[in-house]
Amino acid sequence: MKPFAYVKPLDIDEALQAAGPSVKFLGGGTNLVDLMREGIEHPETLVDLTGLPLDEVDELPGGGLRIGALVRNSALAADRRVRARYPVLSQAVLAGASPQLRNMATVGGNLLQRTRCNYFYDQAHACNKREPGSGCDALGGFTRGHAVLGVSESCIATHPSDMCVALAALDATVEVRSVRGTRRIPLADFHLLPGDTPQVENALAEDELITAVELPPAPVAANSRYRKVRDRASYAFALVSVAAALEVRDGTVTAVRLALGGVATKPWRAHEAERVLVGGPATEEAFGRAADAELAPATVQPGNAFKVDLARATIVATLRELA
Amino acid sequence: MTELRMRVNGVTRTLDIEPWVSLLDALRDHLGLTGPKKGCDQGACGACTVLADGVRINACLALAVQYADKEITTIEGIAKGEDGTHPMQEAFVRHDGFQCGYCTSGQICSAVAMLTEHAAGMPSAVTPTTDRIELTDDEIRERMSGNLCRCGAYNGILDAIKDVAAQEAP
Repeated sequence: MKPFAYVKPLDIDEALQAAGPSVKFLGGGTNLVDLMREGIEHPETLVDLTGLPLDEVDELPGGGLRIGALVRNSALAADRRVRARYPVLSQAVLAGASPQLRNMATVGGNLLQRTRCNYFYDQAHACNKREPGSGCDALGGFTRGHAVLGVSESCIATHPSDMCVALAALDATVEVRSVRGTRRIPLADFHLLPGDTPQVENALAEDELITAVELPPAPVAANSRYRKVRDRASYAFALVSVAAALEVRDGTVTAVRLALGGVATKPWRAHEAERVLVGGPATEEAFGRAADAELAPATVQPGNAFKVDLARATIVATLRELA
Repeated sequence: MTELRMRVNGVTRTLDIEPWVSLLDALRDHLGLTGPKKGCDQGACGACTVLADGVRINACLALAVQYADKEITTIEGIAKGEDGTHPMQEAFVRHDGFQCGYCTSGQICSAVAMLTEHAAGMPSAVTPTTDRIELTDDEIRERMSGNLCRCGAYNGILDAIKDVAAQEAP
């Protein structure tokens, strides 16, 4: 690992002052330390945030929750308010990584884990994300894990987070701070599509620190579910995952939230499917039509074409379970 | 160099290390505690599992400097008495919970902390919304999925953990 300076600020202002070029904030380290060891990330300074008072889940007016950026993934999944009001979020977190990693990883770090694939890790291969302009060896390569939505000719890597898929469905907001002030970024706008700059993965400025994630009140989320399909029963990235919340009255869909993981270059809110569903019948046929609408723009590779059928089936099964 | 004081297995140790030294390397190479193993060195296998304030973590992805104020427990310190063994260690022997033994120290540390998590009401992907969670085979397998065993001693590991869980049950 390339040598770096290490600082551990005792308050948020001190952390913000330390931000700058070649500086990385450190939470649990589960992604960043790995990438540093692989020589992909090489900051000159690490600012350890784990001494900051950002590790609480607090009530918001109206029944929402404010989750501190340093809340560990395991603590988020175990929180009784999260489990009661947003079961999809607790389930998504528990579907990700391993117990050891969830005990280490923070909410802010989960948001900032790199969108990545094996070609990104393997320095013998071209990767526009690792080395802008060098090409993408995933195209025409082994693409079983790659994205079919939101892809570009520069990058087809999948955003790997489960937590973020649930946050996308829940209309979460990311609170960020810098010495210039505080702003709130809707989760939908936080992660960026690769386009021709796949090395830029989110809307954070260089000097900004994530301080919290806010969940607005969402009665529909009480009936919600996260379903993850993967190559083994546990501790694997998603081939396809679905975060869904559904409200049905007299056989008609009155409210729905749908987001997809494992198939897209960012946590994918399925707005098109939601439009088809709302006001329509809560039937398997209607669920299938909604899935088809969302997946119509899919751009597949030979190795990941199966994801379109798998995503359709998983969307239908998840909605059927909630109806 | 950073001078670091860390409680390891009940003893305060002083370390002179660079900030890029992992907790795993600090334990193995600086303190001579070779129980925690380096399997993948990327958080995928769990052979390096140790406890920080009783919570299981992957020591390979932890920078030692981040854990200066924590109480670290490795397999060498998991037993209560000086020369004793932990009930989980005895159960692994009784049920053949290993073959080559490389993953075993991580498996045992992980299993001990897993039972603590379960007792504290931590949900899992198998039964995320239930309040009283029975430690079924599925439940234990899910909660131990962060520890791989390439010899495939999983059935013995499962039996060992069930044995200890039954002893600890109120």
